[in-house]
Amino acid sequence: MAETRELMLARIREAIAVQHGPELPLPRDYERQGSLSAEARVETLLDRLREYDAQIYEASSENVATTVTNLCRQRQVKSLVVPEGFPAEWLPAFGGMIPEGELDRKPLSEIEAVLTTCTVAIAHTGSLVLRHGPGEGTRRLTLLPDLHICIVREEQVVETVPEAFDALREYVTAPITFISGPSATADIEMTRIRGVHGPRYLDVVLVRG
Amino acid sequence: MQITLFITCYNDTLFPETGISVVRLLERLGHEVVFPLAQTCCGQMHYNTGYQQEALPLMRQFVETFRNAETICIPSSSCVAMIRDHYPKMAEASGDAALAEEVAALLPRVFELTELLTDKLGLEDVGAYYPHRVTYHASCHSLRGLQLGDRPLRLLRKVRGIDLVELANIDQCCGFGGTFAVKNGEVSAAMLAEKMRCVENTGAEICTAVDNSCLMHIFGGLHRQRTGIRTVHLAEILASDGSGA
Amino acid sequence: MSIRVGESASAPSFQQAALALLDDTQLRRNVRHATDVITRKRGLVVGEQADWQALRDAGSAIKRHTLRHLDEYLLQFEQAFTAAGGHVHWATDADEANRIIVGLVKQHGGKEVIKIKTMTSDEIGLNPALEAAGIHPHETDLADMIVQLGADKPSHIVVPALHKNRQQVREIFARAMNLPDLGDRPEDLTAAARRYLREKFLKVKIGVSGANFLIAETGGVCIVESEGNGRMCLTLPEVLVAVAGIEKVIPRFADLEVMLQLLPRSATGERMNPYNSIWTGVHEGDGPREFHLVLLDNGRTKVLANPEARETLHCIRCGACLNTCPVYRQTGGHAYGSIYAGPIGAILTPQLHGMQHSQSLPYASSLCGACYEVCPVKINIPEVLVHLRGKIVEEQSANVESVAMKAMAMVFRSPRRFEAAQRLGRIGQWPFISGGWIRNLPGMLGNWTAVRDLKPMPQQSFREWWKQREKSNG
Repeated sequence: MAETRELMLARIREAIAVQHGPELPLPRDYERQGSLSAEARVETLLDRLREYDAQIYEASSENVATTVTNLCRQRQVKSLVVPEGFPAEWLPAFGGMIPEGELDRKPLSEIEAVLTTCTVAIAHTGSLVLRHGPGEGTRRLTLLPDLHICIVREEQVVETVPEAFDALREYVTAPITFISGPSATADIEMTRIRGVHGPRYLDVVLVRG
Repeated sequence: MQITLFITCYNDTLFPETGISVVRLLERLGHEVVFPLAQTCCGQMHYNTGYQQEALPLMRQFVETFRNAETICIPSSSCVAMIRDHYPKMAEASGDAALAEEVAALLPRVFELTELLTDKLGLEDVGAYYPHRVTYHASCHSLRGLQLGDRPLRLLRKVRGIDLVELANIDQCCGFGGTFAVKNGEVSAAMLAEKMRCVENTGAEICTAVDNSCLMHIFGGLHRQRTGIRTVHLAEILASDGSGA
Repeated sequence: MSIRVGESASAPSFQQAALALLDDTQLRRNVRHATDVITRKRGLVVGEQADWQALRDAGSAIKRHTLRHLDEYLLQFEQAFTAAGGHVHWATDADEANRIIVGLVKQHGGKEVIKIKTMTSDEIGLNPALEAAGIHPHETDLADMIVQLGADKPSHIVVPALHKNRQQVREIFARAMNLPDLGDRPEDLTAAARRYLREKFLKVKIGVSGANFLIAETGGVCIVESEGNGRMCLTLPEVLVAVAGIEKVIPRFADLEVMLQLLPRSATGERMNPYNSIWTGVHEGDGPREFHLVLLDNGRTKVLANPEARETLHCIRCGACLNTCPVYRQTGGHAYGSIYAGPIGAILTPQLHGMQHSQSLPYASSLCGACYEVCPVKINIPEVLVHLRGKIVEEQSANVESVAMKAMAMVFRSPRRFEAAQRLGRIGQWPFISGGWIRNLPGMLGNWTAVRDLKPMPQQSFREWWKQREKSNG
């Protein structure tokens, strides 16, 4: 195996020794910083999430718990898993709640919904970015339940993709998931169909103020 | 202005009326046209088919023939694209530094016909009269190679009497592609069938373009199908002034 | 060495394969519909991205820079990936990669694996290798499932079942999943796939994947997908084995800010695809506890060694060139006889494979340039096609075409010979003229007159007209 490695590296070195033009600086003239107002940034995020078929709810920081309680009731959710480190003041008043630490009570595959925070959200692409830190759960937690409820604070919304990568700079080796709408496919006649293997429903609660 | 014409080998042989029109048009606009008889072919067909070795002497010949020309006019976007996109690389690869220098010096003087009229001569209205329903086919080399944009359309819109109709899917290749039309005849024919449908749907009598190569292919199909639609090089429309000459 | 690109070594020529496919009206309609939809969507999301050309420039430059320092970046990746608990394997060709992967699966006692869509695994023929070792691979991407359950071949690098419509997919699923009452709405079909695979996702202990990007700086891997099958395969199993071409590495984590803007818009016409996973090695308590990555050469270093064509390795497998290609849109992907179809396949397959195979592919293009225009990393595909044609001509022995081309070049080299040939042509064409037109030419040129008439050469060439005018002008 070590031999193969050396052989391949030798071939690569031989190949790249063959004639190159001058080494030019990497052009990075694309847009880094957005130009939208804070309000427009949030509106863009919500619009684009809606286009992906996500359901949007808005709340003040005081009534996040009530908003989540109501939407669980409305969706008739019976079981909801909540990851470690999820803000206590946002926990819904809801009987079917299962803390991540108590998953031995009920297998994750049988739980209907999951409630998490995120690290950053990108207006331009309608994306929520989770680095699976406190409050965001492990990767499987936001995958197996059919409904993902994600809390996004207004100030977490950036406009551009490069701005999101700036925000992730401290977490470059963390497991990171970009979520842009519910699971979907365009494999049949190139038409986007919601809901294949991941959560078929994505509810976003935007917290203002 | 003295303008030196590179007619291209296939226009010379198969479409003399295009060359005659270019001469009439430029002379009508008050310019002197020069035609060096030493010219033959730019080497495009050989180059694109894989015979790059054979294309090299043809490039040398072109450079030789046109080295002293001030302004070169070529009524074929694909030949201009060949010269502009491939000559510098070919010259460099040949290892002949003097040749590379000459090519570099020659390129700014090479103009496709509509480039010459709009960019160099600053014209849109060339005083043409052409009372027909016409649709414009944008050849791939004019569209993506030379990026002619709306230059041909700007010229056509100023033609008196013309009824210019838009061609659907204008950015789709007609399926000519030089030797592609022979090597992959069936696929080329399928692409042609689609282009013909679009041309027929315009209701035009005439389909025009800046390349006779595409037009030969499109007309070949239109004629076989007995559609009655003709193809005419843009130069011929611009040269018409109603005098019937 | 056994470099393999799927089954392309035994595939018929493009011309032969295309001939049969052009008669399949259903397939042509499906391909046309799908490519129309996707090119329209792409046009919208690319059109709204004001800095698109700047992103393309950056993407192309990142790739060019990486290839130039490929040894360094691979070593940096290997070190970081290993430090994060992963195991790197190196494979010079398809057989070696398959041996490593089959060995790893056997070592963990696996009888089946769940797979994320990976073209690289199709390239090396991993599924047949697994099956030969008694291991059942479950394709989990919807399109891959359609292909696998229908015993079909992929026809597109992003949407491998693009040539099938909903009714045909329904037939395949109904039979394979034993669901006689299955409906044919896309929703019915995705729901069936969800039910069919859910249990596999929860049960199978080994996942197999490809990779969209390998990050040298962090040892990270990035996988871009839509359905969530990817996330299932890379987080639920105990062991994950990924296979990736050596060209998949990018220098920095932040380079993804370019790639993740270019890829989704180009591939599926979306601002962002539903899921991107980026992770580094093994994460305690989250995901597989063992992660192997196979770095594959399989002809890539040969491509890298050719300065005229190494940009082929910039490819991020978005499929935009297929969707826009007027040739692909007529024939679909199977005509290319390779799992890499369309314009990128026409340059990649023959280069990986050696020019003796897939000789017809560089000619399967009208050089219209649409592929170059849409390529997010600016691969000048027409130029590489022409370069490869040159290599084919160089290596071939004399034939009718080469003799004719050389003779014509001889003629063009002298204006006198050119004039003589024009005169000769006018005489030579008369046996083929009927009713004022040429309607039937012999040999290869018969391909022209099969559907097109040809106007005979006029009696006077332009240069003759010119000379006559000069003379009369005195």
